[in-house]
Amino acid sequence: MLSLQIFANGLVLGGLYACIAAGFSLVWGVLNIINILHGSFIVLGGYLAYYAYAKLGIHPFLSILIAAPLFFALGYALQRALINRMIAAPVLLTLSLTFGLDLMLSNGMLFAFTADFKKLTLDPPLGVLSLSGIVLPVDRLFAMLLALGLTGLLYLVLSRSRIGRAIVAVRMDREAAALMGVNVKRIYAVTFGVGALMAGASGPLLAMIFPISPLSGPAYLGKAFVICVLGGLGSVPGAMIGGLALGVVESFGGLWFGPEHAVTLSFTLLILMLLFRPTGLLGRAGYS
Amino acid sequence: MRSSALLAAALLALVALLPLSGDAYWLRLGTTMLMYGVLAMSWNFIGGMAGYPSFASAAFFGLGAYAGAVAQKFGVPMGLAWVCAGGAALAFAALLGLALLRLRGHYFAIASLVVAEVLRELVNSATDLTGGGMGLNLPVPHDATVASQAQFFFYSMLGLAAITFTAMLLTTHSKLGFGLRCIQQNEAAADMLGVNTTLYKVAAFMLSGAFAGAAGALYASWVHYIEPPDVFDVLYSIKAIVMVLLGGAGSVFGPLFGAAIFLSLEELVWRNYLQVHTGVLGLMIVLLVLFLPKGVFARAVPRTRKKP
Repeated sequence: MLSLQIFANGLVLGGLYACIAAGFSLVWGVLNIINILHGSFIVLGGYLAYYAYAKLGIHPFLSILIAAPLFFALGYALQRALINRMIAAPVLLTLSLTFGLDLMLSNGMLFAFTADFKKLTLDPPLGVLSLSGIVLPVDRLFAMLLALGLTGLLYLVLSRSRIGRAIVAVRMDREAAALMGVNVKRIYAVTFGVGALMAGASGPLLAMIFPISPLSGPAYLGKAFVICVLGGLGSVPGAMIGGLALGVVESFGGLWFGPEHAVTLSFTLLILMLLFRPTGLLGRAGYS
Repeated sequence: MRSSALLAAALLALVALLPLSGDAYWLRLGTTMLMYGVLAMSWNFIGGMAGYPSFASAAFFGLGAYAGAVAQKFGVPMGLAWVCAGGAALAFAALLGLALLRLRGHYFAIASLVVAEVLRELVNSATDLTGGGMGLNLPVPHDATVASQAQFFFYSMLGLAAITFTAMLLTTHSKLGFGLRCIQQNEAAADMLGVNTTLYKVAAFMLSGAFAGAAGALYASWVHYIEPPDVFDVLYSIKAIVMVLLGGAGSVFGPLFGAAIFLSLEELVWRNYLQVHTGVLGLMIVLLVLFLPKGVFARAVPRTRKKP
């Protein structure tokens, strides 16, 4: 029974992880840029939900609707203004660039929101759901469903919409896409915007479960990276599978080795995957 | 090579005069600058010469700090503890390198970035040995005054910087350095031509680890108290990279000049904007990457536009 409960916890966590990783994986796959800012975007989204609820009484699930356009605009502008200039530069430079931007953003948040942990607590609480011995808090369940829904929506946008097909085309073959009349620079900016949107939208969901702190950005970033390697880089189904897998592994790892070893566990997993199955669990690359 | 060595010796002699000023502030700044120089030079082995974007400096630095501190806890004399720490970081880098150096680009960069986090977690949970989150106190020599200690650590750091520089100079002009530059330009071709790429990369990583680790151990003895978030700070990795980028990657004097420039900027920022200094540091990095990606000494290089 306990293992079923742990498994359910892992799936709930994993749904949220999938949402964290989908945008990160998209940006990495299409732009070949590791966006170090991703973790801080998530935290910023969390603060947005916290203050919207505390000051204006907007439910965190609804604040996603506010976060989405704001973060898209932020990501679009950043890519247009700065990152597009460095897109062809070596890994070290693009990494340093997003690292520098992340230092600025996280320091800004530390300054504005202080280092105190903030916890978003719903009033009244949504209660718990008990299904044949497995107990799940309803807010977590909803957060997971919304996270999976968002990730699914991203998949639909990429596979069905015109702009989504253009993003996939740029990922597959930049030159050919440009020859077909795709404005590559614009697609880069849209892609980065979508990545920021996914991060900003998962912020409110995570804020329902975890305390918010300006210092937790790197932890989310690390998870996004591990998930990309687990599921295979640059595909939404990969991020989904990787996210769920990491959630379940972390839950059982917490039970067997103690939760303080979460980073060590996922790093070990990361190294093993990179050494033995670098294409990820799904074993194929590219958006499909 | 001879002219570089002579110039370095002159520089060394000049820096060694610093304690004559008798000012504790300048002595502290000088020691920090030398430590930054060692970090930058140690990164240069793997990052500048082999062109691998390593973010492992913080891991080596922290590991060295803890190895030195724990060795001293068990009664190893200070100087020997520093050597042990360098050796521990060297061995760790060898093992880590065998696994990580098969990766390239982003995968290598992020994997090396996570190592410091993992070590921090392990050190945090090994409370018996390392004191965990409470940190670890290092023995303070009883018979020394504050001023003489400051001088002692300044000269120790100067010695380490001299050793690191010598190692870097020798490597640059050796077969190893040549092989590493081949790997940087085209690893597959270097492999084809008979460069043992795995061996060379691991050797560069080990050199990088050993000196960063020794710097960590010296730092630990210098400040007498270490705790995991302090020595496993990811900023050590990023600072090492920024310093080399500032001074120009791959060159012999680049890391040292980069360290001097970086520390001057950092000190100005730290003094004037205590609350937002990491933000200003971030801004510096962004500006550096956007406008001076080849370092401050690169003059108006014609911009070669690679196809994205």
